[in-house]
Amino acid sequence: MGEMIKGNHAIAEAAVRFGARLYAGYPITPSTEIMEYISWRMPEVGGAFVQAESEIAGINMVIGGAACGVRSFTASSGPGISLKQEGITQLYDEELAAVIINVVRYGNGIGTLYSAQCDYLRETRGGGNGDYRPIVLCPSSIQEAVDLLGVAFDLSEKYRTVAVLMTEGALGQMMEPCDLPEFIEPKRYPWGFDGKYSYKKVGIFERDSMKEAVAMNEKNAVIKENEQRWADVDVEDADYVFVSFGLPGRSTEGAVEELRKAGHKVGIIRPITAWPFPEKAFEKVNPNVKGFISVEANATGQMVEDVALTVKKKFSDNKPVYSLAYVYGIPEMEKIQKDYEKIAAGEIKEVF
Amino acid sequence: MAKARKIPEIAKKPSSFCPGCGHGIAIRLITECLEEMGQDTNVMFGIGVGCSSLLGGVLETDRLHCLHGRAGAVCTGMKRVSPNQMVVSYQGDGDAYSIGIGETTSAAYRNENISVFVVNNTNYGMTGGQMSNTTLPGQKTTTSVLGRDCAITGSPIKFPELVSDQFNVAYAARGAVTTPAEINKTKKYIKEALTAQLNGEGYSVVEILSACPTNWGMTPLQSVEHIHTKVVEHFPLGEYKTREAK
Repeated sequence: MGEMIKGNHAIAEAAVRFGARLYAGYPITPSTEIMEYISWRMPEVGGAFVQAESEIAGINMVIGGAACGVRSFTASSGPGISLKQEGITQLYDEELAAVIINVVRYGNGIGTLYSAQCDYLRETRGGGNGDYRPIVLCPSSIQEAVDLLGVAFDLSEKYRTVAVLMTEGALGQMMEPCDLPEFIEPKRYPWGFDGKYSYKKVGIFERDSMKEAVAMNEKNAVIKENEQRWADVDVEDADYVFVSFGLPGRSTEGAVEELRKAGHKVGIIRPITAWPFPEKAFEKVNPNVKGFISVEANATGQMVEDVALTVKKKFSDNKPVYSLAYVYGIPEMEKIQKDYEKIAAGEIKEVF
Repeated sequence: MAKARKIPEIAKKPSSFCPGCGHGIAIRLITECLEEMGQDTNVMFGIGVGCSSLLGGVLETDRLHCLHGRAGAVCTGMKRVSPNQMVVSYQGDGDAYSIGIGETTSAAYRNENISVFVVNNTNYGMTGGQMSNTTLPGQKTTTSVLGRDCAITGSPIKFPELVSDQFNVAYAARGAVTTPAEINKTKKYIKEALTAQLNGEGYSVVEILSACPTNWGMTPLQSVEHIHTKVVEHFPLGEYKTREAK
């Protein structure tokens, strides 16, 4: 078991060890410690750190680093990630690999400093113009955040796409024991600029959007087939299956354990990839399950839409799907248990 | 007998700029300088949005078509991970001085070791001639149909003057691509800018005054005359910050 370390610091150190050599960004709570750590750590390993004049400039510096085939990343939160959207869709369009860390905080507009999961739909649908899907990974512990950061870099480069580590304010701020990865040798990918025009590019007016759309859909299909990740507990005989990710997912895992002890046949699917959504996880669920319960830290219930779509696809008898949207924070196990009892008693109605 | 100048290897493809436009000459000068310096196969471009977008179809070199105004930031990222390659931004006045003024100014403020070339034709050319931050007082554009009123729109921004006066940059100049004499001077400025970067001296910028006959509603010759009589009154030609190492 590793040393105690703060979530944001663990992510920053892990990025350096995974060979990232460019970070550019702008401070915003609750992601700032990543940038502060990187500001002194990156120069130690000969990497580039730029405190950008804005979130927009930060993501465009990441585009510059990624264009050179160097592992490049940035972190932000709330409105900061909003400002980066133009750059994120540009990264995707240019098929550049980069990792964006969203330490999610609650709220519309300028938002709040509460830990939350309110950016689920934006991250999984791609928040910028056009239609694209970044790979979205959502950890429920600091160890998982570190491990998934490595996965994020690898997948972004394997598929030449954007990978988002969608963590949460509380996960960035809290401390846990964590094993940090071994150092890997930084690479410079051959599709990056070398000044010699080794990697030929189609002229901007020679691009064929029809062909590109076909290729993009093929790539997305491969990612959907191969990269679904999740954890599940007790779904085979469950009457009700919870679906919850991140820290609320961890709390729900605890609630499921308690409910089982009390004789309730419940299980949980905890998505680790939010996109691609782990549809395959639903295949081993009890065919006679009575319903699915989405537990999220946002106001409207966002992931519940993906749960409902998946349930509609995997089951033929119109299973009810319930939404427990706790707005922000991490729902307490007891609260989840009580709300489960209300669902089982018919006091909370399904949303789909 | 006049000798034909060799077309640079990286800029041999035809361009689609309007007749009388200065972009083609500006690109030719930049690529000639890179080739003469032996850097034409050691360069990456950040290309702006607007008429400069057309450069993406011309250059045979590493190049990224940047989001509107962001070349200063993209080139910063490129240079920070590629200190041994030449990094060049190519932008228009709308891209660099309006939507991208934050990125353009901040790159100069940090004294990033990049070379920035801004083609100033006093309007947004690609979208059909709207007012820009360099539009002359009284100049009619599609968004200043009665002539630019500086009392409510501000006065033409003078970027080389700004950065040479306020920031610690390596080199700043303004040239024009109107006559052979001015073209030769501009080429000298461009080479100074690139040399500054090659020697690691820091940020260099050359603003290049260019004709825009299409949107000015003038013939190419009238446009050149307009630059010499009117545009230079607001945008004086010359070097504003010379290289200290010289």
